[in-house]
Amino acid sequence: MAARVVAIIAGLSVAGLVIGPVIAVLLRAETFSGFGPADWQALRFTLVQALLSAALSVLFAIPLARALARRRFVGRGLLVALLGAPFILPVIVAVLGLLAVFGQSGLLNRVLSPLGAPQLQIYGLQGVLVAHVFFNLPLATRLFLQGWLAVPGEQFRLAASLGMGPRAMWRAIEWPLLKRIAPGAFAVIFVICLSSFAVALTLGGGPRATTLELAIYQSVRFDFDLGRAAALGLVQLALALAAGLVALRVASVPVAARGLDRMVPRWDGQGKGARMLDGVWIVVAAVFLLIPLAMVVLNGASGILTLGGSVWVSAAHSLAVALGSTVLCLAWALPLTTRWGEWLGLSGIALSPLVLGIGLFLIVRPFTNPFELALYVTATVNAFVSLPFVLRILRPEAEAIRADYGRLGGALGLSDWAWLRWVLLPRLKRPLGFAAGLTAALSMGDLGVIALFADPDRATLPLKIYQLMGAYRMEQAAGGALLLLLLSLSLFWAFDRGGRVGA
Amino acid sequence: MKPALAFAAGLIANTSLALADEKPVLTVYAGDYIVSEWGPGPRIEEMFEAQCDCDLQFKPGDLLPRILLEGAQTNADIVFGLNTDVTKKARESGLFAPHGQNLSALTLPIDWQDEIFLPFNYGHTAFVYDETRVEEVPESFDALLDAPDDLKIVIQDPRASVSGLALVLWVKAVYGDEAEAAWEKLAPKILTVTKGWSESYGLFTDGEADMVLSYTTSPAYHIIAEEDRTKKAAIFPEGHYFMVELSAKVAGTDVPELADQFLEFQLSEDFQTMIATGNWSFPAALPQEKWPEGFKELALPEKALFYTEDEAAALRAEAVEEWRRALSR
Repeated sequence: MAARVVAIIAGLSVAGLVIGPVIAVLLRAETFSGFGPADWQALRFTLVQALLSAALSVLFAIPLARALARRRFVGRGLLVALLGAPFILPVIVAVLGLLAVFGQSGLLNRVLSPLGAPQLQIYGLQGVLVAHVFFNLPLATRLFLQGWLAVPGEQFRLAASLGMGPRAMWRAIEWPLLKRIAPGAFAVIFVICLSSFAVALTLGGGPRATTLELAIYQSVRFDFDLGRAAALGLVQLALALAAGLVALRVASVPVAARGLDRMVPRWDGQGKGARMLDGVWIVVAAVFLLIPLAMVVLNGASGILTLGGSVWVSAAHSLAVALGSTVLCLAWALPLTTRWGEWLGLSGIALSPLVLGIGLFLIVRPFTNPFELALYVTATVNAFVSLPFVLRILRPEAEAIRADYGRLGGALGLSDWAWLRWVLLPRLKRPLGFAAGLTAALSMGDLGVIALFADPDRATLPLKIYQLMGAYRMEQAAGGALLLLLLSLSLFWAFDRGGRVGA
Repeated sequence: MKPALAFAAGLIANTSLALADEKPVLTVYAGDYIVSEWGPGPRIEEMFEAQCDCDLQFKPGDLLPRILLEGAQTNADIVFGLNTDVTKKARESGLFAPHGQNLSALTLPIDWQDEIFLPFNYGHTAFVYDETRVEEVPESFDALLDAPDDLKIVIQDPRASVSGLALVLWVKAVYGDEAEAAWEKLAPKILTVTKGWSESYGLFTDGEADMVLSYTTSPAYHIIAEEDRTKKAAIFPEGHYFMVELSAKVAGTDVPELADQFLEFQLSEDFQTMIATGNWSFPAALPQEKWPEGFKELALPEKALFYTEDEAAALRAEAVEEWRRALSR
């Protein structure tokens, strides 16, 4: 019973964080303006790029995750950890890293042009997709990998003793697994890409790549047209929630299949062809994801030594914020690991950040002591924004555990606490570690959340990087970005480790 | 991915007041680039506090949206760093009071008679290049339009950035009814469009683009801070769009004398000498011979183009739409 009450409270607080700000903005808006032709174009482009980005990320993630799940090689753990990196880099840093490889004067063109190849043109829809796949392929891969690793070893053993070939394995084990995970992964990536703005514009090469979020930004920053901002924000929210609804309806629910929680060696996929194929996927993905990161490291190497003390202090602030958000987010997410909970949680990234920001401001402002509140608001907003990712990571496992052990627990009359302590949490260790790592790294690197929370005494690292860039200090900014990358990855590594051991 | 969620957090954080200090407090809302330790904010605070026996508190954030949201209840006494693209809206809000300063000290390239908005520094839009990378520098806007298409330029989006908007108005001022045709000629040379100035400038310094839309004052940073004289602004005889940064006194301020004192300080020689290297811009009220070394050697446009806020407001939607159409083809 208590568990249900907690779930309802968690759900209501999410809903409140979405509905409250929207209503606040609508009440403050004087007019509710309609859509112009440019808006329809923006809507179309937003949808097209988000659909394609999500589809490609999920499509490529499946063979990559499968390869990582059934191969063991030196550096595998490191590769899996580094896979988290693109997702947590500040957008502008990641874009510069990508362009150092794919850009006009990037590595690729410098290699290709002496060979007489035509120049590679990154700017356009292709650039937007490259960037979005770069950001989201790792996330999708980890989600699938998670699923593969959660399949009880006994299933593989049974399949092997039944003499199942690759096709039968696919039908009996892998396809049901994908059906369970892919729709949710697709939805979460689709929704992130819906609100893409700086990436889409820069790599899209100009106004052809205008997204709804840009129109919202323009309404708020330039026109101060709150009605228009709210209207566009609602359209974006509706698209995201509709996508979430479809995805969660399509996704299947796990059937009961419990094992003894043991690692069992795999018998499948040991043929030469399968090994080659897996190898190709791993190498291609590693090159695609790691070289832009290497460029970030290279660019920042000289700058990191010139960083002043204040940058290091800001790094400490960032660490503190990240840890606080992580605790809050996990506590928030656990009761919401259900179908409707995940759907609700999607709104964390579905609502335009600008609309959310202004709405919260309008709500909180009448109360006193806003400075104290600001810290809570930042932590809460960070946790809120990470919620969709965390739920996507936790829910498939949490549901499987409920399906497998729920009846047993009920028969034994386990209390909610005992269930949590002895059944749920221990079995959820791996996804929990990943979720915690991701949240910590996200709140560490998320420039958006602190971009204007610019109290000079409490600045965070991403803000400092942005300030350095704004003051022409591009080299030091690159150094700051490297520091951020190192810290985020360390956090990610530390949390994820618990879950990764034995993976 | 999630730009500016902090809008709220920032706004909230910055409405706070230091309660412990007994000195009168002058609250100044300013852009983050001003308040940052690499901006002029810390110097301004130090210099002003040395003469006012007060506590100057900068509250960084998004200036106009924030003050409009707060309305008459705002805690701000001074708003520092407005651009001319928002002055019309700011004026119509009725939240600002006349500055009451004598404008004869101004040394702007245009005649400035505004009663409310007081300039502190200025610059012009310009395309900045690296002379080691660009061999044939366009000598006029026309020459830029006719330059080969492999000259790659990066600009800012006029819907999201102040400098991007200034560029669109610049093209409008030079080409008038032919602006859309000019954009079409420029389009193949535009490598990409970014959300803000920092992204563009980063692409330029990384060598991705040959020229970047920036300011006539940008080379001063490279000369003074890096002793690098290879970064130059291309100067066009057609003229350059004038960009000025302004401050204003909030009508409902509870420390009007301090606010006035601040505005007076803003025009003083001390402040004006500092702001050049503090904010990498030309001082608004300082004769050229007193400019810091490095600024004196900058190439200056002969003609400053400028639309008043009413003219700009009337032209803006059309000019941006011309830009969008030409670049969407």
